[in-house]
Amino acid sequence: MREELLARAEAVLEEWLRARGETPGAEMSEGFRLLALHRQGARGSPSFNACRETCREIAYHYNLLAGGANPRHELMMGLLVQHLELFVRGKMEVEGLGDFCCASRPLRREPENA
Amino acid sequence: MSKYQKVAYYPGCALEGTAHAYDRSTKAVGKALGLELDEVRNWNCCGAMEVKNVDPKVQTYLSSRVMSIAANEMAHKVVMAPCNGCYHNLKKAEHELAHDPASREVVDRISKKAGHAPYQTGQVETIHALDWIKDGIGEGELRRRVKNSLKGLKVANYYGCMYTRPRHIFPEKDQGPGSESIAQPHFMDDLLAAAGAENVDFPLKTACCGGAHTLSDSDTSTKLVLNILRAAEAAGADVIATECPTCHSGLEMHQVRAEKVLGQKTKVKMLYFTQLLGIALGLSPRKVGVHENVSDGVALLKEKALA
Repeated sequence: MREELLARAEAVLEEWLRARGETPGAEMSEGFRLLALHRQGARGSPSFNACRETCREIAYHYNLLAGGANPRHELMMGLLVQHLELFVRGKMEVEGLGDFCCASRPLRREPENA
Repeated sequence: MSKYQKVAYYPGCALEGTAHAYDRSTKAVGKALGLELDEVRNWNCCGAMEVKNVDPKVQTYLSSRVMSIAANEMAHKVVMAPCNGCYHNLKKAEHELAHDPASREVVDRISKKAGHAPYQTGQVETIHALDWIKDGIGEGELRRRVKNSLKGLKVANYYGCMYTRPRHIFPEKDQGPGSESIAQPHFMDDLLAAAGAENVDFPLKTACCGGAHTLSDSDTSTKLVLNILRAAEAAGADVIATECPTCHSGLEMHQVRAEKVLGQKTKVKMLYFTQLLGIALGLSPRKVGVHENVSDGVALLKEKALA
């Protein structure tokens, strides 16, 4: 279960990187490709750090599950991965529309297709 | 005497509106603890997200004006902002003025036109309500003053994203023992533990609440909030303690919306940390504005013999 969830989290960050025209790296950071992918994804996009702790918590729960299955930790890791998915999905939808945090629109910008 | 004994108080717009209960409970807790608040005269919006998007330097000016009034017209050295957005923006303005000559030029120019002294970096220290109570009173003294222990109440402490991000505008954090942590903030945990609460291990304590998506993409906001609520419940929490008005109202509103639109009901309640501290100090739920919350915590407080 923990391998599946970690792979799902990595896939989310891979998608984010590909959408930005980058090739997801294979490097590891602190033993996790997930953390390296996050670092790569935040390069040039500081607001992406808003999901840094979520990634770190995913790694932490992955480690917690090393000792064997634990329904509570599995549920929590699943919720963390889901949060990462939702955050990145929302961010991708509005990427480039503002720089306040991850999602706000500049109020007076002309529509691109006007 | 602590340098936080008497501070300039910058409530900001939210605490006059949707977060009135946060304003009420902050003042009530300050009074109960003997900490004084002196509201910044004629304060203005911090620039929040709207102005920041249109012109970030004007946002820097707006935040600097609040600090200028506190320093130059009221002779304060500390400004306390309980709202994460205001706190973040004042800290950001301080950083911009210290590092960006173009922002400095804009602030000087508009301040002159507006007829007040331009804010100079370092004139005031901006703090959050958590710093104010943590450093103004401390856990030991708080523990001594507790009349109505929160014992038996399981709390998930939720800090939101703006209290610690971006890290470069908070140079005082991550400075070793006693300082706040960027990655794992704990000041609210410390204060509520001193008040007797049982803090649960809550891994989404700084995760995005979807606040900025609320208008452009409400469904994403609802799903992000639902995830936070479900994680808090899975962690065993009775209540989510908040310290940001945007997060708090987002959690409350989207809890209702999640049930209505997605059919997903959650039971966990939301209370400002100042409301919980007030109750622990013996104040009534009404005195700290629990009746003003959308999330009705009265039944829970009664069940825990706290009301």
